[in-house]
Amino acid sequence: MSTLDQTEAPEHLAEVTETAAEPAGTEAATDPQNAEVPSVASLLAAASQTEEVSRLTRIRGIASYVGHRLLDIILVLWAAATLSFVALQLIPGNPLDKMLSGMQEATPEIRAQIAAHYGLDQPIIVQYLTYLGGVLRGDFGISYQRASPVTEVILSEIRPTAELTGWAILVAIVVSVLLALATSGRRRGARAFAQGFELIAVSVPSFWLGIILMTVFSFTLQWVPAFGTDGPGSLVLPVITLALPLIGVITQVLRERMEHVLHEPFVTTIRARGLGENRLRSRHVLRHASLPALTLTSVIFGSLLSGTAIIETLFARPGLGRVAVVAIQDRDYPVVLGFVVFAALVFIIINTIVDLLYPLLDPRLRGGHS
Amino acid sequence: MTTTTSAAAADALVSVRDLTITFGSHIAVSELSFDLTPGRCVALVGESGSGKSVSARALLGLVGPGSRVDAAELRLGTHDLRALTAAQWRNVRGREVGLVLQDALVSLDPLNTIGSEVAESLRLHTGLAKKPAAEIVHGLLSRVGIRDPEERAAQYPHQLSGGLRQRALIASAVAAGPRVLIADEPTTALDVTVQAQVLELLAELKREGTALLLVSHDLAVVSELADEIIVLRAGAVIERGTPAEILHNPQADYTKQLLDAVPSAHTRGERLSPLPPAVFTRQRTETPAAEPKTGPILEARNLVKSYPVARGRRTTVLHDVSFTLERGKTLGIVGESGSGKSTAAAIALGLTPADSGEVVLDGEAWSTLREKDRRARRRSIQTISQDPLGSFDPRSNVRTLLGEALGTVGVPRGERDDQAVALLEQVGLSAVHLGRHPLELSGGQRQRIAIAQALSTGPDVIVCDEPVSALDVSIQAQVLDLLRDLQEQLHVSLLFISHDLGVVRHVAHDVAVMQHGRIVEFGETGTVFDAPQHPYTRDLIAAIPTISSPSLTI
Repeated sequence: MSTLDQTEAPEHLAEVTETAAEPAGTEAATDPQNAEVPSVASLLAAASQTEEVSRLTRIRGIASYVGHRLLDIILVLWAAATLSFVALQLIPGNPLDKMLSGMQEATPEIRAQIAAHYGLDQPIIVQYLTYLGGVLRGDFGISYQRASPVTEVILSEIRPTAELTGWAILVAIVVSVLLALATSGRRRGARAFAQGFELIAVSVPSFWLGIILMTVFSFTLQWVPAFGTDGPGSLVLPVITLALPLIGVITQVLRERMEHVLHEPFVTTIRARGLGENRLRSRHVLRHASLPALTLTSVIFGSLLSGTAIIETLFARPGLGRVAVVAIQDRDYPVVLGFVVFAALVFIIINTIVDLLYPLLDPRLRGGHS
Repeated sequence: MTTTTSAAAADALVSVRDLTITFGSHIAVSELSFDLTPGRCVALVGESGSGKSVSARALLGLVGPGSRVDAAELRLGTHDLRALTAAQWRNVRGREVGLVLQDALVSLDPLNTIGSEVAESLRLHTGLAKKPAAEIVHGLLSRVGIRDPEERAAQYPHQLSGGLRQRALIASAVAAGPRVLIADEPTTALDVTVQAQVLELLAELKREGTALLLVSHDLAVVSELADEIIVLRAGAVIERGTPAEILHNPQADYTKQLLDAVPSAHTRGERLSPLPPAVFTRQRTETPAAEPKTGPILEARNLVKSYPVARGRRTTVLHDVSFTLERGKTLGIVGESGSGKSTAAAIALGLTPADSGEVVLDGEAWSTLREKDRRARRRSIQTISQDPLGSFDPRSNVRTLLGEALGTVGVPRGERDDQAVALLEQVGLSAVHLGRHPLELSGGQRQRIAIAQALSTGPDVIVCDEPVSALDVSIQAQVLDLLRDLQEQLHVSLLFISHDLGVVRHVAHDVAVMQHGRIVEFGETGTVFDAPQHPYTRDLIAAIPTISSPSLTI
């Protein structure tokens, strides 16, 4: 919502600056000595006044931005919690059956007692409202299976997931940028080779890639461990497995954009300055291409942070993905709900960061000042 | 070759002999020769596809992929440009030859401040550190006439007016002190008063000793700066000489045709193109009203329009704008960019609501109606835009473009092709074009399709928003003739919006001059142009580049 406002503003703004700035140009062309000069004092007064006004509007702008964002966060979290609550009600299977499946003599009394303990005997609407009330206080309930608070379960699993996805994204970005810089609008051979590589990287299933990497680098060469979380070495293979398809996608987007930008007139201006092809790409063209790449990367990052179940399972790593899968299998509702709300929160935070980055990358998206 | 060029050859900075550029089997330029000397300007003039830009880029080694450049001589200073390595080229570009393109909004990196754009070429060739470079940049900016250079240097192209942007672009081209400057359509996207300022700046650089190669489609612009004009057509030199020779005593038929095609005061009521007049038949079949209506066909009354800018602030783009379009006449609306002329057109078309005021069409309420009530009468007011490529769906062909328009006025499916062909023939095209897609048509053909589409509903009014500004002068002449023919035969009224005063003077019966959202002058065309009352109108008229420079007036 707020991004929309920001992108719309500069166009109109440009008109205002157009009319405001033109007289300066007109005067400059005629004799500056003869131009009518307003008194210095009045100019200073006007300047400080507009400065004051612009600072005020900026503060007001920031305040309304924060306000809108908070409202967005609350609405999205509420919607996520509610939708997943409804969805869980619709999934066949009763959590009580799962909980009691290990017990030999689950009498109806015990069953009722446990149901009462978790509030499962209440009408759905009461359960829902109790749940929402808890969420408001930051309490997501107790895991049915692990008997520990949901917040603890999720927090304990964030670290390995964040470690894995953080490194994977970093590797993907660095490699993609280098690849795009080296191949955009260049010699046919290198470009075709890179494109072939990207196609393979995108289309190879990650579990298969993981198995191949493990076979080669762990079992045969024994360079790095295949499983677990022991030391940085154990991260290498999962990070590569996760990063490779991302490199494929991000490079494709970057190069497509860069080659589009390379046809813009300003590229001719820059070449006519004597700037080399490498610096032309790294200093100018890459920045233009980074906006769509940023959007794409942020979406990928968000979905990775909320779990990479296949990779985690394959490399026997702990992490949110596995927690979520197990919780759904076990009808561990509080963990599932907590996980969904957490994932929504991650997306909101990443989106906000990206929204704040756009105007840094592209000054035309800066609304406030001229 | 004239005596001036051979005399100049001795101290030439740039010598070009028999330059031939080919792209595969296509010959873009053949056997072009010229010299550039300090303090003089050579102009390459021609329409699109004439090879003028490509020739200029050969001096920068930027002709483009797939090209082949041959020349008996291609020399810049002491460099033989035919044999430079990539690294040597980088050393020549910017340092010994600079390039200014059209429209700095897209010709400067929009993500960089103008200061850093100017600093880039400076630091690249001088190796200066950031700080001392910044001071020189401020000096350069003020040298090209930008006031408050410190403040401006920190601004981005989109924050500056067209004139300031173009000055910054010129500053970036001359930053490393090249002795040769190539200006490729340097004023083409600019308003007429800004254009005059930029031309003056280029003249100043020339006086200071820069050798200038000017590339333009506009003979009038060129005549103010050039010492020698070379007229190109399809890569071949048609004619060359001093401005006086070319403009007042052209030898080649093509040059004469180009000059005749320029609309101005003298051309009113005359045909601009050598093509025969078109024949139109009215599209609408319904019987005319028993009593033909009188009074103006379109009337704008006290239009006010504002848009929100930033949070809470609004900018007013139309202040109390009123005008009348008489039946069967043409009303020209002139003004510079941002003057509000396109907003006025959008309100007239009923596409944008006005904040207050109203537009009356054929004596009945129009802009104040609900869209539902307007739709039945939409057929009577049509539009032609500057760039039909942008307003046509690129995936549909001419048959669907015209068929859809004919469908809206109830032409049965089976008759649409026949009617479409009839329309095409009226605008000088034929049935062959039915299957073409917009991208397969030339600019002039697209504009003819746009006119055919507008005519398909049998309109009373056509709103033409800069209908010829994207066209070459000879094509512009044909389209203007076509509009005149259709007006004479169909009595269609035209609301003609343009920034080009020459065009408006040629076509319009009445003129409204707009500035900052106000109509500052309104009247009969001859009166407004011959005896302008408002100072702004006088500025505009004075800024029009004219073919006859003062020393040459007879």
